[in-house]
Amino acid sequence: MSVTIETLEAMERPPVSMGSRLEGELLEVSMGPQHPSTHGVFRMNVALEGEIVRKLKPVFGYLHRNHEKIGENASYLGSMPYTDRLDYFCSMTNNWAYALSVEKLAGIEVPERAEYLRVILAELTRLQNHASLLGFLLNDMGAWGTPLMYAFREREKILDLFESLSGSRMMCDYMRFGGCRVDASPEWLAHAKKIVDRFPRFVDELEQLIVGNEVVIARTQNVGNVSPELAVSAGITGPMLRACGVNYDVRKVDGYGFYPRFKFRIPLGEHGDTYDRLMMRVLEMGESVGILKQAFEQVPTGPIINPKVKIRAFRPPVGEAYGRIEAPKGELGFYLISDGGTNPYRYRVRPPSFINLTILEDMCLGHTVADVMVILGSIDIVMGEVDR
Amino acid sequence: MDVIPKKPAESMEPIEQIKARIEAAVPGASIEILQNASPSQQHSLKIDNEHAHDVAKWLHDDPALRLDFCSNVTGVDWLDRTVKKMVKVKKVVDGEEKEVAETTEEKIPGYLEAVYHLYSMTHKHGPVIIRMRTADRAAGARLPSLTPIWRSAEFQEREIFDLYGIRFDGHPDLRRILMWDEFEDYPMRKDYREPDDYEYEPTPHDDVLERAKRYYTPRPQIDGAESIVEPLNG
Repeated sequence: MSVTIETLEAMERPPVSMGSRLEGELLEVSMGPQHPSTHGVFRMNVALEGEIVRKLKPVFGYLHRNHEKIGENASYLGSMPYTDRLDYFCSMTNNWAYALSVEKLAGIEVPERAEYLRVILAELTRLQNHASLLGFLLNDMGAWGTPLMYAFREREKILDLFESLSGSRMMCDYMRFGGCRVDASPEWLAHAKKIVDRFPRFVDELEQLIVGNEVVIARTQNVGNVSPELAVSAGITGPMLRACGVNYDVRKVDGYGFYPRFKFRIPLGEHGDTYDRLMMRVLEMGESVGILKQAFEQVPTGPIINPKVKIRAFRPPVGEAYGRIEAPKGELGFYLISDGGTNPYRYRVRPPSFINLTILEDMCLGHTVADVMVILGSIDIVMGEVDR
Repeated sequence: MDVIPKKPAESMEPIEQIKARIEAAVPGASIEILQNASPSQQHSLKIDNEHAHDVAKWLHDDPALRLDFCSNVTGVDWLDRTVKKMVKVKKVVDGEEKEVAETTEEKIPGYLEAVYHLYSMTHKHGPVIIRMRTADRAAGARLPSLTPIWRSAEFQEREIFDLYGIRFDGHPDLRRILMWDEFEDYPMRKDYREPDDYEYEPTPHDDVLERAKRYYTPRPQIDGAESIVEPLNG
């Protein structure tokens, strides 16, 4: 960490009511990029007064590889494996968002079985993402290792499912325009069903660990509050938005895939603090298990890919499309402009965790440095997606 | 199982009506509908830069639209291009009037574009797509910032500035975001050429060594032999 000292006059000083504290200087600390709790190479320049955060500026770009430029120089299908590397925890939902946008652009229909498989895989992704996020968050709060290992135990089972279906644990590259790449065998579905049936035990266990835990409550309640007005204006999406009490879930609003066929509820928070954000993940896991159980019952037989879609020299008509899905971290969108060629003229990713970081400073002001870690952890960022 | 139809997004008024209502509400604003021929049917509104702030404010505040959620902001680079059109012209050929196809070329100068995808969290409809265009592709191309209306544009407009080089007037903190501050070019532009070596710095080898030679007399050789280089100042 590099440390520079700045005089008090140089920075605006908000009113402090710290009782008999001595007047101090503001200390500028550069947190990250090599900090264990920044979940990758994220850096914040923080101005501290004692332990209290007075200013915070995020610094991006340590993992920037200009994903969008690569996408513009690759063919439509050629970008599909690159989307795995955006949010490398949730490659299935990344694939789906990209496939959905191209399907909108070219007007492609998806067979019924493929839509069900997509729902199943997206919800499995949500389960393992939320489980590992909670593990990491408790890790940041000082529950060193144990909850994370419990979460990883469950995540590993789901990653094994992904591996046996797509050949890869994390870089699945599973979806295709108009369907999916390989079919799921009945044995795979039966095995997945078994794992999903056992999953609520883990959710209950984790919920028990969090809900009444004195340390968790002390560290998270009333920390990093976000008002619903600010959240909507700043384009916050996903569990972080719903923790503020705003009912907006793309699965319900757009009704993409076959989500309108499933019965599920949208958990909503009340206070918009870190504790609510934590609980959103726990409750969403429960709803995802419900969706998965319905999907396993309903999944039909049939083709898994639309045979009319060209694999070679795939050229969507001239035009543009913006498609979005509810990824575990928020609204993941792809904006594509086609000039009639084999490459997209413009390929844009709307990364949820990048935009969720817009209000990081607003959430952290007035809290201690130790709370910054917890607040950042509750946003759920992955640098592969933030920096692209 | 019964086939339940996919739930359509809550119906929104047609884009022509939105255009007419904006023009009534914001006097002087010139709005143009850009048709999108693709199956997505997402047409967009091109708004003029002078009234962009007022139009955006109206879109945000209008009770029927209430577009409070700006989902996606992005830039697009359009190079200079020529559009060839086939036009049928009536001509007298060999005393007979015939229809002859002629190609006309139209040169369209390049411009940079900022695209905003707006949704409503209150009414759960969208998207309404608005676009703004710069006059040219020069380095100082400017557009009004919409960050004061939608905070979510803050980082995304910074990203456009970083990668496309559009300066947003009224943005609270316009700096590079993904590239480092000393970087000079705009990598997402279509005519961007990446340098051979990103980390090139002029080293003292050529110019400085040449100058240094003038001031240093060569050292005598260890074995006592005379130097073959004559001192320059000597």
